[in-house]
Amino acid sequence: MKKVGKNIQKSDAISLVKGKPVYTDDLAPRESLIVKVLRSPHAYARIKNIDLNIALKVPGVECILTYKDIKRIPFTRAGQCYPELSAYDKFILDEYVRHVGDDVAIIAATTGKIAEKAMKLIKIDYEILDPILDFESAIDNKIIVHKEDDIFTKIPIGFEPKRNIAAKIDLQYGDMEKVLNSCDIVFNGTYKTQAQAQAMMEAQTTYTYLDHQERLTVVTSTQVPFHTRRHLARSLGIKTSKIRVIKPRVGGGFGSKQTSHSEFYPSLVTLLTSKPAKINYSRKDVFNGTTSRHKMQFKVTLGAMKNGEIKAIILDGLSDTGAYGEHAITTFGSAGKKVLTLYNKIEACHFKGKAVYTNNVPGGALRGFGVTQGTFAIESAINELAEKVNMNGVDIRNLNMIKQGETSPLYNMITKGAGKEPMYMDSCMLEECVKTGVSSIDWIRRINKVETNGSKKRGVGVAIAQQGSGLPNIDMASATLKLNDDGFFTLMSGATDIGTGSDLILKQIAAEVLDVKIDNINVYAADTDITPFDSGAYASSTTYTSGNAVIEAANKMKEMIISYGGKFYNTSNENIVFENEIIKNIKTGDSISLAEFSNKITYNLIHTQLIASGSFVPKKAAPPYMAGFADVEVDTETGEVWVADFYGVIDCGTVINPNLAKIQAEGGIVQGIGMALIEDVVYEKRGRLATDSFMQYKIPCRKDIGNIHVEFVDGNDETGPFGAKSIGEVVINTAAPAIIDAIYNACGVRIRELPASAEKILKALNNANN
Amino acid sequence: MKINITLNGEKKVFNANYDDYLIDVLRKNGYLGVKKGCDTGSCGACSVHMDGKVVLSCATLACRADGHEITTIEGVQNEATKIAKYFANEGVEQCGFCSPGTVMSILYLEKCIENPTDEEILHYLNGNLCRCSGYQGQLRAIRMYLEAKQDEKSW
Repeated sequence: MKKVGKNIQKSDAISLVKGKPVYTDDLAPRESLIVKVLRSPHAYARIKNIDLNIALKVPGVECILTYKDIKRIPFTRAGQCYPELSAYDKFILDEYVRHVGDDVAIIAATTGKIAEKAMKLIKIDYEILDPILDFESAIDNKIIVHKEDDIFTKIPIGFEPKRNIAAKIDLQYGDMEKVLNSCDIVFNGTYKTQAQAQAMMEAQTTYTYLDHQERLTVVTSTQVPFHTRRHLARSLGIKTSKIRVIKPRVGGGFGSKQTSHSEFYPSLVTLLTSKPAKINYSRKDVFNGTTSRHKMQFKVTLGAMKNGEIKAIILDGLSDTGAYGEHAITTFGSAGKKVLTLYNKIEACHFKGKAVYTNNVPGGALRGFGVTQGTFAIESAINELAEKVNMNGVDIRNLNMIKQGETSPLYNMITKGAGKEPMYMDSCMLEECVKTGVSSIDWIRRINKVETNGSKKRGVGVAIAQQGSGLPNIDMASATLKLNDDGFFTLMSGATDIGTGSDLILKQIAAEVLDVKIDNINVYAADTDITPFDSGAYASSTTYTSGNAVIEAANKMKEMIISYGGKFYNTSNENIVFENEIIKNIKTGDSISLAEFSNKITYNLIHTQLIASGSFVPKKAAPPYMAGFADVEVDTETGEVWVADFYGVIDCGTVINPNLAKIQAEGGIVQGIGMALIEDVVYEKRGRLATDSFMQYKIPCRKDIGNIHVEFVDGNDETGPFGAKSIGEVVINTAAPAIIDAIYNACGVRIRELPASAEKILKALNNANN
Repeated sequence: MKINITLNGEKKVFNANYDDYLIDVLRKNGYLGVKKGCDTGSCGACSVHMDGKVVLSCATLACRADGHEITTIEGVQNEATKIAKYFANEGVEQCGFCSPGTVMSILYLEKCIENPTDEEILHYLNGNLCRCSGYQGQLRAIRMYLEAKQDEKSW
């Protein structure tokens, strides 16, 4: 292959580093009204009265909107394909506020300072209600987060808002009781994961204006432009055809921009005033007014034989969806569905639980999307079981994990439209990943020996993980290729590059099929008026789903060039070969360059424009796999953990661009280390977020990170573009369970509730010593 | 109030309120390479040079820049291009939002230390957060950039 598998640079790389104005806030018209959102200081309250009289008198205030000014339309902000699996439980503004940071009023003014001044002069009389902040006591609590009757779901997901239940899961196979009774060992453990913030560097930002046709144009930092257009149409009560959503460069996503947030407010202001409007979230807005990773807890039951064979798994979970059910069922479902399939030799499996409403900031999409939480629970339990059967973490996995050519009944149960035929994981290289990691970290020697250096103890730990590559029979991507005069192509794609380099990945795929130079393809991405539909940057779908759509478009384009080459040379298509940007008539030996050919067919002969489109929907699961090995040092005097080395071995099928894949992996592992050790969304007693800035919410900085070693095994999935599977999400999943295992192996302390802060470890060490 | 700044080598006069931060005055006047990632001086995306030293423009009042020299990423485009090539080679620019601030810190590091160790690189850049790259690749890129520069000098 000429273009796939090569380290080609992103075409926007130099501009980005040089600070060119390419992000939403850089591009917004200078005359935009500045929009700010007044947010609730209370976790739960009813707005009894809002007095705008004084605020509206501040010179420069254009308008202030409250729930009384807005049509009451329930909708969901979750960026998912329609009909969404999320409850329609949100109103742009409502009489009730359900979390600290929930939106109360929208202020538009000529400057930000004026908007802020007016905000302080709005007088609100709240009826303060008691909130539910502890998700374990949410179900059937006397406090009900959503008392209104006009909210609903489009698809049955076990939605019972009057019981504070946003969604339910119950999935099983095999005779659990019988299998558990036949087991030598039944292990039970409870594991908790915290809410984690996406902490992308660019905050949510949107500007809006009416174009020359009075259509609403929304330029926004989003991962899901097409879903955002649909959300806006519904919530604003206007036709989809009257809205255009454009995505410029996005300063990081990680799921934060897979939920629409900042788009609604300036859109309303522009529709009302006909003036351009802009909102640029402060970091405080991001923490209080958007989403974080769902906090979850799982009771895990493992049934096993003395020899380590695992026969049964029960995963019983609870997820805190916060005040709104955005991604509630989907993240929670993924926590089991995309984790339990790792242990395909089990005879009985039961995955159940509920996602519940509380008055916390809503949960949402974050890299790993529930799988990270489920992986922590299952992998931690497997590590504990290993000890009980006198095995190490690698041996127990080698015995039980899914291997190449194997299947699991769960794959059929969780794959929409899968039918009854078993889905074999022919491209699964998990065994190879584990083997490579074992050798890289020197597992056998290290697992049998704890190194001690003064107060510091060093240990190793392991975990495995998988993810998806797009959602089978749900996600859809399209791509259009246009041959321009002078022989270059425009690749129009609805996919959204959020920094991963997916524009380049798609370009490499197109260039490979067409056998043209990389620079001969320009990517134009994500403008709902111009580019074809794409589900967006989520579910690890871009390389796999959008990549396959590009292949179809490129193959059609190739056929078109050959067919028009036949017309050009007045011969049958079989005599035409298109290679290396040359169109050749093999019968006569005549040839013409693509540049000359496209000039001729545009300007002089044939007079046509060649355009080809392709679409793709995944038909089967093509999971990427990973084995993660942590080598940590625990200071037994302070409880501090230092991840000295982390080895990530990944099967993402064919690697399209090794550099970009490696950075995805390194970045994901570091985000996972953050989740394992330091990151935590903390609330005060009355539901105020204590960690609403980067002063309090800590993400790893350069000095917090040891060495990260990333290796790729030689994989190939026949359904992927040139054999590729996804990479973006799987890479975060192994960090926490592997690190927690390594901490235990180093100092004997088992942390079952993330993050494993120094305080927690020290307390546990002290308890163990007493 | 009027603020006199020697900005990227040119004398400029800006209008600003006494409570305006430098980042807001710079962005308002078209210096859009200065990025705002937080509001608490925690992320480093807004890093600029004041009299040759790295400062956080989101935590520096504009009036404090009066009479001083300020350099933004717009003023070091040639140097940034060189660094950018090494970043692009490793694929570590990713979303790119933190890059201009990181470049300003790299340039300051170069000024302060002739031939920095990894430890020194990390120390000088510790205030520049990056959520995409996981830092390792950036360290590789910075090391290669600095080594190439040393090689250039030795010729």
